[in-house]
Amino acid sequence: MTMPFYVPPEQLIKDRAEFARKGIQRGRPIAVVEYDGGILLIGENPNRSLHKTGEIYDRVAFAGVGRYNEFEMLRVAGIRYADVKGYAYARADVTGKGLANAYSQTLGQIFTHEVKPYEVEVVVAELGDYDNHLFHVRYDGTLRDKQDFAVIGGDEDRLVEEIGSGYRPGMGLNDALDLTMRAIQAATENEIPSEHWEAGVLDRSLGRRKFRRLAGDEFVPAD
Amino acid sequence: MTNGFALQSDDDGVIPTASFAALLGQHRLAPTWEVPPGSIEAPEATTILAMRWTDGVVMAGDRRATAGNFIAHRRVKKVYPADDRSAVAISGTAGMAEELTKLFQTELEHYEKIEDTRLSLDGKANFLARLVRGNLPLAFQGLIVVPLFCGYDEQEGVGKLFSYDVVGGRYDEQDYATTGSGGSEARAFLKSAWREGLEESDAVRIAVEALVAAAEEDSATGGPDPKRGIYPNVVTVTEGGYREIPDDEIAPVAVDVMEGRP
Repeated sequence: MTMPFYVPPEQLIKDRAEFARKGIQRGRPIAVVEYDGGILLIGENPNRSLHKTGEIYDRVAFAGVGRYNEFEMLRVAGIRYADVKGYAYARADVTGKGLANAYSQTLGQIFTHEVKPYEVEVVVAELGDYDNHLFHVRYDGTLRDKQDFAVIGGDEDRLVEEIGSGYRPGMGLNDALDLTMRAIQAATENEIPSEHWEAGVLDRSLGRRKFRRLAGDEFVPAD
Repeated sequence: MTNGFALQSDDDGVIPTASFAALLGQHRLAPTWEVPPGSIEAPEATTILAMRWTDGVVMAGDRRATAGNFIAHRRVKKVYPADDRSAVAISGTAGMAEELTKLFQTELEHYEKIEDTRLSLDGKANFLARLVRGNLPLAFQGLIVVPLFCGYDEQEGVGKLFSYDVVGGRYDEQDYATTGSGGSEARAFLKSAWREGLEESDAVRIAVEALVAAAEEDSATGGPDPKRGIYPNVVTVTEGGYREIPDDEIAPVAVDVMEGRP
């Protein structure tokens, strides 16, 4: 009979965290930034139709980095959760906080219980009439409420620094685009061709559904 | 998992994961009405119509719901956006119609978000047929729902109309379609008034005229009521999307139509 090796829980968690973090750092970063008319979600994505950002509900949007199949599963689960909740109660009852908590619980559960933790991080962005909410959910279920902007994937600390140094509350969409595109290129030390950007906005001026994708010609790359 | 959040659907993979109705079924939230044998009386929504014009379609409905001989509601809304490129109106048992409309709208939006593309107009029309068919057992107890559906076909670049029967049969209509208690009166009017090459303003006027004609003959159809400020719901769907025509644009048309009636 073979005895399993004893692995102390500290080591187990550390190994898993390191494994997940490595996967996420390899991914291209996404920045989610508040501007005067809404919230901008932007990142590099060479895929034309496999998106990393998307609409969840009227005022709620999603951004994910890491393994595509894993964050796509989270995105779809989020839409299902939001649509069922909005159908059973009312549209106003679907909140970013509820969704972020659901993601947090799920990722936390997977981190400790599954063979392999998810190599993903997501941002849930919710557009409010006055106050916006940005929730950052890590691979282990850690949930944080962010102000002004949130960053996932790649060299996160560097990108936070790059955006933080130029960010001004109440900036316009064009300024926000310019800032984030410069920051992402600086943080990744990489010149990103204009057709490789993926961007979407939660736009306060839209009707019920606030999310829309920005078309390529709507943003001019920072040079 | 708790609070309805689940990573994977627990169906057998046959039902497309993008279907909201299937998802509701799993959560046992799908709308069902279990009615014991016999019949009950619930408010009924009446006349609706749709017609094609040059750039798209127009859809209209009166505002009355009746329960037997009583007017149950004077300001019922029967015409709804199905999504940004189509409209739906349901006649028959009002409460069920409203729930089915909500389910239909959510299904289309759900699919669009998950697949990142809208269902084809045909796909939408077929799904609505399935909803109506699911309701067939109740039709035997007098709880009937019969929708009209119209939209702009983005692939072919034309407006299209679909009518349904009580068993969920789906029919492609060419020029105009009506249903509900005043539907035959409205159809008779449209038969003489509809012509190829209508402009939006003509189509809207003809729609209002058809409803007024129906209201004159059918007690369950409500005509325009300027005193209370009640006017038919009229919407258009074109390449530019769904548009509800506001009451203050309908009011002068309705008043003019009523004055011109023989």
